[in-house]
Amino acid sequence: MAAAEFDIPELKDDIEIPKVREGAMAHAKSFIAPKPVQDFMGYPHELGEDWKERAIDKMGDLLGKYRSLKVFMDACVHCGACTDKCHYFLGTADPKNMPVARQDLMRQVYRRYFTTAGKLFPKLVGAKDLTKEILDDWYSYYHQCSECRRCSVFCPYGIDTAEITMAGREILNHVGMGQKYSNEILGKVLKIGNNLGLPGPALEDTLAGLEEDIEADTGVPVKMPMDVKGAEVLLVTPSADFFSEPHVESLIGYAKVFHAAGISWTLSSHASEAGNFGLFNGNYETMRKVAMRIRDAALELGVKRIVVGECGHAWRVAYSFWNTLTGIGYGGNDPFSIELQKQLDHNYPQPQHICELTNDLIKQGKIQVDPSANDDLVVTYHDSCNVARASRMGTEEGGQFTIPRELIKAVANNFHNMADDTIYESTFCCGGGGGLLTDDLMEVRVKGALPRMTALNNVVKEHQVNFMATICAICKAQFTKVLPKYGFDMSMVGGVHQLVSKAIKLD
Amino acid sequence: MIYAGVFYLAALLLVAGLAYKIFDYSRTPAPLKIPTTPAPTTRTGVVYRMAKEVVVFESLFKSNKWIWVFGWLFHFGLFLVLARHLRYFTEPVWFWVDVIQPFGKYASIMMVIGLAGLLARRFLVDRVRYISTPSDILMLVLLIAIGISGMLMTFVVHTDIVALKVFFLGLMVFDVQPVPQDPILLVHLALVALLMAIFPISKLLHAPGVFFSPTRNQVDNPREHRHVAAWAARLDQNN
Repeated sequence: MAAAEFDIPELKDDIEIPKVREGAMAHAKSFIAPKPVQDFMGYPHELGEDWKERAIDKMGDLLGKYRSLKVFMDACVHCGACTDKCHYFLGTADPKNMPVARQDLMRQVYRRYFTTAGKLFPKLVGAKDLTKEILDDWYSYYHQCSECRRCSVFCPYGIDTAEITMAGREILNHVGMGQKYSNEILGKVLKIGNNLGLPGPALEDTLAGLEEDIEADTGVPVKMPMDVKGAEVLLVTPSADFFSEPHVESLIGYAKVFHAAGISWTLSSHASEAGNFGLFNGNYETMRKVAMRIRDAALELGVKRIVVGECGHAWRVAYSFWNTLTGIGYGGNDPFSIELQKQLDHNYPQPQHICELTNDLIKQGKIQVDPSANDDLVVTYHDSCNVARASRMGTEEGGQFTIPRELIKAVANNFHNMADDTIYESTFCCGGGGGLLTDDLMEVRVKGALPRMTALNNVVKEHQVNFMATICAICKAQFTKVLPKYGFDMSMVGGVHQLVSKAIKLD
Repeated sequence: MIYAGVFYLAALLLVAGLAYKIFDYSRTPAPLKIPTTPAPTTRTGVVYRMAKEVVVFESLFKSNKWIWVFGWLFHFGLFLVLARHLRYFTEPVWFWVDVIQPFGKYASIMMVIGLAGLLARRFLVDRVRYISTPSDILMLVLLIAIGISGMLMTFVVHTDIVALKVFFLGLMVFDVQPVPQDPILLVHLALVALLMAIFPISKLLHAPGVFFSPTRNQVDNPREHRHVAAWAARLDQNN
C-alpha cells in the first residue's frame, strides 16, 4: 500500500523548535495486528465489552511490577524541560509528541483511577476517565515514540518516556490493539528464530553465497560457520545482517575479523536474531522468551563467549538485560544462571559487543588494518540511541561513545563528529527505532529524522562528510529509506564493520 | 484552637502520606537495569550522581537554562527560608540557624522571583502552556502567596513572633497555646497547612520520587551482577 502524501521538512541551518500545532500527527496510525498474529501472542484482537476494566487492571498490574512506571507517573511537575527534546516533536510540531504530553496521555488516566487527587478533583489535576478517544490517542502516540530515552537525559527526575510507552503498548495489547509490525516480527522470531523468518536452510545458502563472494573478492577463504559445536564464540547478530544492504557488509566485516584473529566462531540457526522486539512491547515474559533462545543455543553449542553484532536495541537487551533474563553474564548465585556462567570464559565480558572485540584485537596488534583503504570516505558517526543511553562498552563510563569512535579512527583516516548536542548522550534517534520501522509509519519516520538529517547536513557542508557509520540494524534500514527524501545518497549510511571490512588485512 | 487542629491534621497527612508513598515506592520492584547511561559503575558514583541531581539540578541544567535558573532560585531560596524558620521550633535556637537568619530573610526574595519566573513560563512559552493544568498554576500561586505573606511580616508589618513561637513550641509538646490574631499571619499559616496536606497527593511527590528513579539511582553493572526481581525470579524456576 502506498503511504499517504506528506511534505518532507526543509533542512535549515539549525535544529529549530517549532510552534505547537495541535493534532498535526493525530492521523498517524500504524496497522493494527490481525487475529492470527494476536492469537499467537496470546492477546485478543479486538476490543471486548470489558476493555476498560482490562486496561485499568493491566495498568494496576504494571504499576505494582515496575517501580519506574509508578514513580514516573507521580514525579512529573510539568516543568517543560523535555518539551523540545523529542525528535518526533521537533519534526512534527504535534504537542502530543512532547515527552511530557505523551506521558500525560497515560498520567491523566492514572490520576483518575489510582490517585486521591484525581478521584476527588479530576478537572483540577487534569485527570480523565478512560475513553475510546484516549485509547486511540494511546495507540497513535505510543507508536510515535521510538523509546530512545533522549527525554530521560534531560528530565530532572530521570523520567523515561520509553517506560511509559512500553507500558502503554502492553496495555493496548491486552485490550486487543496490538501493532501488526512488531507482533508479526515477534511471531517470526518465536516460531523460526529470527525477525525476518528465515529458516535454517535458507540461512545456510545465504552464508555459503557470502563465503564465495568474499573469496572471489579477496582470494581468502573466510568462513561463515553455522551451528558448530565447540566453537569458542557464538555470534548473535540482527537477522538484517544476513540479507539487507548495507547490513551484510558489516557481517562480512565480523567474519573477516574472526578469520584474521584466528578465533573459532559460529552463528546459530536457533538463535539467528539479536534483535528483541519484546523490549518495544514492554512485555518482560516475551522479551525473556526471545532472549532464552540465545541461552539455549549457547548451552547447546558449548561456546565460551557470546558476541553481539551491530544492533542498537539488541545491545541494550544484551548488555543490560541478558544477565537478568537468561543468566548470560556474571555474578549469578542461582542454579539457573550458574549452569551457563560456569561454561563461559571469564577473561572476557559476557556478552561482548563486536566493537569491543575488534577494537581490543586492533589495539593488541592481533589483527592488522590499513586505514588508507577508506581514504575515499569522510566519516561521521551516528550514536544509536539504545547504545548511547541504555548500555555501555568497555570498562569506563561512556565507553559506548569512545570505543566505536576509536575503532573508526583506526580503520579510516578522515573522521568528523556531528554537532555536540546531537551526539553522545544527546544523540538523536534515527527516527525508525522502537517498533516504528514500518512503511505505514513513513511520515512519522521521515519527519522524526529531521534533527539527525540537519546535523548530518551541517557536517556534509562543512567537512564534505560522505559516510555516516552506525552500529544499529534499524538505523541502517531507516537511513537507507530516509536519506534520499532529504536529498542524500542512500549509500551514505553503513556499519562500522563495513569500514573494518575494507581496511582489515587478511593473510 | 482551630489552628492547632489544622496543623495537627496537616502534619499527620504530610507524614503519613509521605511515609506511605515512600513505603509504596520501596516495595515496588525495579525488575530491569535501566540507568540512563553513561551511568556510574559504583554505588559511590550513584550517590554523587544523585547529589548533583538534587543539589544543583544537573539534568535540568543540561536541558534548559531558564527553567534551571528559576527552579534553582526557588528551591534554594525555599531551603534557606525553611532553615531560617527552624528558630520558631527550637529553644534555645541552634547556632547555625542563628547564623543563617539574614540569608534566610533575603532568600525569600530569590524564592518568589523563581516562582514568578516559573509562573510566567506557564503563560509565555507555548509548549509549557499546552501541558499546564489548573493545579500547576494554583500550586505556584499558593507558593507565591505563602512567600509574599511571609515577606510582608518580615519586611513590612511585623507580627507577634514571640507569641507565635509559644504557639508552635506548645504544639510540639501537645500544649495548645493561642495563635496570634494577625490576619497576615493567619493567612500565611493556613496556606502552609494546605501545602503540607496536599504534598503527598500532588506533584510535590517529585521530592521523594527522584530518589527512587531507577534511571538515576541504579548502578551500571549488569554484566557483572545478576539483577533479578522476586516476581521475575519465579520464571527461572520453570526452566
